[in-house]
Amino acid sequence: MIATGLSALWSYWRRNPLQLFTLIAGLALAIALWSGVQAVNAEARASYDAAAATLGEGQYDQLLPAAGEDIPQETFIKLRRAGWLVGPVVEGQVGPNGAQIRLVGIDPLTAPGGMGPLGGSGIQLPDFLSSPPVFANAQTADTLDGIIDAEIIIEPTVAPDTAITDVFTAQRLLDAQGRFHRLIMAPEQPVGRPPLARIAPELTRRAAQGGADVGRLTDSFHLNLTAFGLLSFAVGIFIVHGAIGLAFEQRRAMVRTMRALGMPLRSLIILMASELLVLALIGGVIGVCLGYLVAAALLPDVAATLKGLYGAQVSGTLQLRPSWWISGLAISVLGTAVAAIGALLAVARMPLLASARPRAWAIARGSMRRIQMGVSLGLLVTAGVLAYLGEGLIMGFGLLACLLIGAALALPLLLNGALGLASHLARGVTAQWFWADTRQQLSGLSLALMALLLAMAANIGVSTMVSSFRLTFTGFLDQRLASELYVSTESEAQARAFEEFVAPRTSEVLPLLSVDTELAGLPAAVYGARIGATYRENWGLLAQATEVWDKVGAGEALLVNEQLARRADLWVGDMLSISTDTALPIAGVFGDYGNPIGQAIISQTLFATLHPDIRATRFGLRTDDAFALRKTLTQEFGLPSSAITDQAQIKAFSLDVFERTFTVTAALNVLTLSVAGFAIFMSLLTLAGMRVPQLAPAWALGLTRRQLGRLELVRAVVLAVLTAFCALPLGLALAWVLLAVVNVEAFGWRLPMYIFPRDYLMLGMFALGAAVLAAAWPARKLARTPPADLLKVFANER
Amino acid sequence: MLLQVKALKKSYDGAEGPVPVLRGIDMSVAAGDTLALTGESGSGKSTLLHLIGGLDSASSGEVLLNGQDICQMNDAGRAEVRRKNVGIVFQQFNLIPSLDVTANIAFQARLAGQYDAKAAGDLADALGLGDHLAKYPEQLSGGQQQRVAIARALAAKPQLILADEPTGNLDEATASEVMAQMLQLVSATGAALIMVTHSPRLADRMGRQLHLRQGVLV
Repeated sequence: MIATGLSALWSYWRRNPLQLFTLIAGLALAIALWSGVQAVNAEARASYDAAAATLGEGQYDQLLPAAGEDIPQETFIKLRRAGWLVGPVVEGQVGPNGAQIRLVGIDPLTAPGGMGPLGGSGIQLPDFLSSPPVFANAQTADTLDGIIDAEIIIEPTVAPDTAITDVFTAQRLLDAQGRFHRLIMAPEQPVGRPPLARIAPELTRRAAQGGADVGRLTDSFHLNLTAFGLLSFAVGIFIVHGAIGLAFEQRRAMVRTMRALGMPLRSLIILMASELLVLALIGGVIGVCLGYLVAAALLPDVAATLKGLYGAQVSGTLQLRPSWWISGLAISVLGTAVAAIGALLAVARMPLLASARPRAWAIARGSMRRIQMGVSLGLLVTAGVLAYLGEGLIMGFGLLACLLIGAALALPLLLNGALGLASHLARGVTAQWFWADTRQQLSGLSLALMALLLAMAANIGVSTMVSSFRLTFTGFLDQRLASELYVSTESEAQARAFEEFVAPRTSEVLPLLSVDTELAGLPAAVYGARIGATYRENWGLLAQATEVWDKVGAGEALLVNEQLARRADLWVGDMLSISTDTALPIAGVFGDYGNPIGQAIISQTLFATLHPDIRATRFGLRTDDAFALRKTLTQEFGLPSSAITDQAQIKAFSLDVFERTFTVTAALNVLTLSVAGFAIFMSLLTLAGMRVPQLAPAWALGLTRRQLGRLELVRAVVLAVLTAFCALPLGLALAWVLLAVVNVEAFGWRLPMYIFPRDYLMLGMFALGAAVLAAAWPARKLARTPPADLLKVFANER
Repeated sequence: MLLQVKALKKSYDGAEGPVPVLRGIDMSVAAGDTLALTGESGSGKSTLLHLIGGLDSASSGEVLLNGQDICQMNDAGRAEVRRKNVGIVFQQFNLIPSLDVTANIAFQARLAGQYDAKAAGDLADALGLGDHLAKYPEQLSGGQQQRVAIARALAAKPQLILADEPTGNLDEATASEVMAQMLQLVSATGAALIMVTHSPRLADRMGRQLHLRQGVLV
């Protein structure tokens, strides 16, 4: 019985390969985009975890020196003798110019267990101690080859752009003899050991943070990617839902017959669910394979983005992870279940003697329409409430979901109203038939049009966000990169000589002083600035007190960046501690786009008081003739040209980072729109086969097949144009949510929103082109329908 | 007795309370009987046929097939009775459009686990379908489709065949021809046949006639 039932169910797909293709392709596309994004995220997280495991970041408590200082070897020895189970870490950058590799030295005898490659590889401890090698993955090993004076062993588990070695080898390679940079504490410490304050009061203890800092820092980025993947997935599932709905509607008669001939309902439901499960798995496997290709194509840009934006190292090579396969297949099954649950329930509830005539694949019935209108209104009102009251990133995405789904559900109703009006206003008989027929087609096309609406709105929203960001960012770079030249010196002595040399040759010398620290409990950097004409004239502030530059210059106040202000809930006038005994009022808040961490700016004099050991070795130079100054610095002072960077180079680099940041978004945008175009194409193609009974009367009454085909094309264009009109306000609303809600929650800064009518017009033309392309083949097919097929409609035997 | 119907009642929910369709039917059918159910439209003929076939549930009463009351059975039980004991021929043919003629004829027999390819082939030949076995329903005329439906009903070797206006969609000549073939084959298998019809001429070709008026046998 099972085999017979299955064979009958499958026969439907055999006879309707186009629908089968639509279903599997819809699933595969949905899964491809979703699993591609998941693969990228998984790869990035694996890299963060590898880095965290290697460096012990986040997993163990650590003892840290004061900002900008080291830990003398004697302090480590004192702590060990006092019973503190700590392991030293030395770290620094090595590698050729432009390829900075993080070299980390650990002591395998005292480091907490499981750290570094020694924990997982086949390397034996005695070998490691007798001639300590450097461990790195293959890519890093290639970079370091010939650069460092140590044997390099390839160990794939080491994080990207990171090398690990013994602590003393690291000291030698980094020229840091006798010094450590931090101490990692074993989780279990002996009871009764003397307190830290007595042995090493200069050290501070940082508690384990339960994960890599960089992982947390990049969470919002990955969340954004996930949201985009989810949107693409939703668009794909719309296609699947449409294909399943149509197939089930067309099989109503078959289901009734099968039941009448003795197939129990329960068995039938199980068979239909199993059939969908198999299709979901097939679509899932294809989707995961396609997702691999999507991820492989996106990963290098994502890796570059994460490095540029967050300093996070992510492997540029994709690995096949079982969890990714399983989750891809699981989401495929889940998506199919969601798309099919309504159709399966309808079959389960359908009385055996119910009419087997398809309900026109309809959501057009009055009660259904009222429910849809109610749900749509409810979701849009919820979106409004969330926009007004909600807080947090999850709320931001909740708001987006309510807005998009609510609007998508409202679309068929709006289109129905517009077509009804057009029908009412139409004068000619052909026009009246056309509008009425288009209205009738709406139910069959509504899912595809909803997908198009979502894709177009996402496109408008995201492109508005990116373009607004680009405008703001370019202005921001002009403000922040005011100096014509930037110079790096090799030592403090050279820096002093340089400053003396360059002072009379420039209008202003701006030392670049900074120290990494924590402000208001958040990772941040404090900058020392020489407040002069450059700051006063070029820096625009988001909020400021009166005489802001005078106060900051006098060391009486400080500036903070927007992300620190928002995250720590600070604003102009609030006090902020920048050391144990120094707190200053905030005199201004500046925009700091692209920077993930907090920043405070104090005067150079105050900085020197707080951090006397830190001297500037890098400078910004103001001059009217950058070319001449550059020549003077290389020829007269003897600076290598590689030590001088001009403003244009930095701007180009920053803009490159920016463009790469949104390459992924742009790629996903295009893919989502393509999926929507595919949805329309498949819907029109499928409907074309069902259109004959509706077109035959029009043909019989005098419209030629050619005219009918042309009208089909016009219909697609009309619907696409109407959908585009609906997509514009929705896309702008989406852009507002992204800029004013999601961006603030995710990155800590708010961007002004600009409108780009030309871009929207281009997108509209693109959508129109896609609709015409999608409609061309089905229209041609209809135009060539043999008269015999049209005549069958009037025959009793059809 | 193959089939016994006792005090069978059926009513549907209407806007102003239950609307009775069958008001207490008693009848019986022995193996090999041929019975015509006639009556006006809305007299309850099709409803009675559906209740006998377990396609619908009764409001009260009994339908005993081989002594088992199918009114007391759940969906799975009634489905089993249908596939093993009952063959149904519908007015609208109700073939499975995605299966070819061979697969359509075999369908119920396969469900019941009683498929005999040779017997099914003989049935197809007897009904003049031998040249159309690889065709799909949409490629057949109405008369051919109904012949396929008859072959499907008989191939499962049921004890009881229910036919609901089986020639209602066919022209007179074709109807007569199809009817003759069906009666001949039913007679050869020894199954009982209950047929709903409006046609007095077809009813006259059956062994017995029962007339329904407003839900009551008269």
